[in-house]
Amino acid sequence: MANTLLSKAERREERLGFLFISPWLIGFIAFAVFPIIASLLISFMKWDIYQAPSWVGWNNFNHLFHDKLFYKSMRVTLVYSAFAIPLGLVLGLALSLLLNMNIRGINTYRTLFYLPSVISGVAIAMVWKWIFNSDYGLLNYLLSLVGIHGPKWLEDPNWILTTYIIMSLWGIGGSAIIFLGGLQNIPGHLYEAAKIDGAKVVQRFTKITLPLLTPTLFFQLLMGIIGSFQVFTSAFMMNGRSGSAGGPENEGLFYMLYLYQKAFKSFDMGYASAMAWVGGLISFILAIIVYKTQGKWVFYDADDTQGKGKTA
Amino acid sequence: MTYRIRKFAGTTVSHLVLAALSLACLIPFIWMISTSLKTKAGMWEFPPRWIPSPPLWHNYRDAFTLAPFGTYITNTLTLEVLTIAGQVISCTLIAYGFSRFRFRGRDTLFFLMLATMLIPEQVTMIPTFLFYSKLGWIDTYLPLVVPSFFGNAFYVFLMRQFLLTIPKDLDEAAKIDGANEFTILWRVLVPILRPSLTIIVVYTFTGVYNDFLSPLIYLNSPEKFTLAIGLANFVSSRSTEWNLLMAASTVILLPLLLIYYLAQKNLIGGIASLGIKG
Repeated sequence: MANTLLSKAERREERLGFLFISPWLIGFIAFAVFPIIASLLISFMKWDIYQAPSWVGWNNFNHLFHDKLFYKSMRVTLVYSAFAIPLGLVLGLALSLLLNMNIRGINTYRTLFYLPSVISGVAIAMVWKWIFNSDYGLLNYLLSLVGIHGPKWLEDPNWILTTYIIMSLWGIGGSAIIFLGGLQNIPGHLYEAAKIDGAKVVQRFTKITLPLLTPTLFFQLLMGIIGSFQVFTSAFMMNGRSGSAGGPENEGLFYMLYLYQKAFKSFDMGYASAMAWVGGLISFILAIIVYKTQGKWVFYDADDTQGKGKTA
Repeated sequence: MTYRIRKFAGTTVSHLVLAALSLACLIPFIWMISTSLKTKAGMWEFPPRWIPSPPLWHNYRDAFTLAPFGTYITNTLTLEVLTIAGQVISCTLIAYGFSRFRFRGRDTLFFLMLATMLIPEQVTMIPTFLFYSKLGWIDTYLPLVVPSFFGNAFYVFLMRQFLLTIPKDLDEAAKIDGANEFTILWRVLVPILRPSLTIIVVYTFTGVYNDFLSPLIYLNSPEKFTLAIGLANFVSSRSTEWNLLMAASTVILLPLLLIYYLAQKNLIGGIASLGIKG
């Protein structure tokens, strides 16, 4: 056995290593492995927490695939991601280029732009609801200054998702700071060399900056997809007066909000678990697609650009 | 144009763009504070006034007498202290284990830990809720606090990255002096780890402060509410009194802004230094 090949000191080191990581190991089993398996089992049960659970087979999934609101919440979430994620990434990247400049006060700008990323709770959701108020809100006031009669953002079903997408752009500073980290990892000599070869700004961006930022882009795309399935607080607070409503024609019924309604308003734990799995699978499949295609567009080793075997 | 003039023009334009965007970042806060000082009539004025005259400071007192925000603050701070203690202790131990010891399966386990960041919360939420309700933990702070004592993948990752940059010679020197692993961690490494500990403290603070879903699910008694739930409750009873709502929001956001202001360097540096690589 391999064990006997280890020296006494090595075995001691191994024991200590496991001891130190044991909180994570226990947590991993209690808060990841166990709930994932349990969630799958519960999705085949009828469980309203007051009565004992009973096995119902594919029933929950059958209902789910005939549930108009399920499709609605899926559509709302996917349409939101399809706009909010790419827009956020492109604008975040543009902003990071500005933030990478060596000008006075740049640290103050960085601080200001990152600020929205630390603020995501109920309080700011209420501020947004008031800003988007169609009659007395700030946004329609600002629009009226340039002669535009603003829409009824959160009351008009056609505008609700746009409202959420606009709101999400307030957070692009967070993405910009992550891109900034990527930018600062790009070795300066690559730009020097390109300059000597006569590459223009645009070329330097498309041939050096962009390829070397793709890992960062990939990471953010992945987190963005997972995140859009978890949009909750703003949807809960902003959609209606009563909270937890889906808004006019349920156009603000984000996936997580519908799941919450099913699990904690109607206490249909089986149905909600089925929903969780379907939503989880869809975000997983999207993540896999992004991951599988990364070979085509994600570029990992900065030194490849110099040609292999060359020493710096 | 000469190079110098072009450079000057470029810098000026950048400053203008950045300043305009900064204003866009700050305007929700300005609007919030402005509304918080308005009278009921002032709120419905169009075009709105930026500086209400006279400013109605007693909106703040009114908001605080209409809802027990003092209790919510105490509750939230209690949760903060417990959760931060949990994360700091557990993440330090785990990161130390992953970075300083060789054991079989270490790299696989580390990869597994990073992979848990991709588990969507909605999948684990329901079984965890049912589990806690079986334990009789509903309407207590336990479901909100206990998990923090079992580490957080992102924080462990951050701290391990940091630990790997600290030369092992330091540990060896202490070992020769007869220190054991716990002493080394506590006396030698933890003082150096302060920047990444700050990041964990601040992130945990903002995470707990902003968290809405978990307290919403787990807490039922109003006297146990956190600020987030308390404010949501206040909103549903005063849905059109925007001046009071904005006064409450201002007070609630203030500690967050303060913490952010104090920790900005660590935070932004920590995020930027993540340096996502393959």
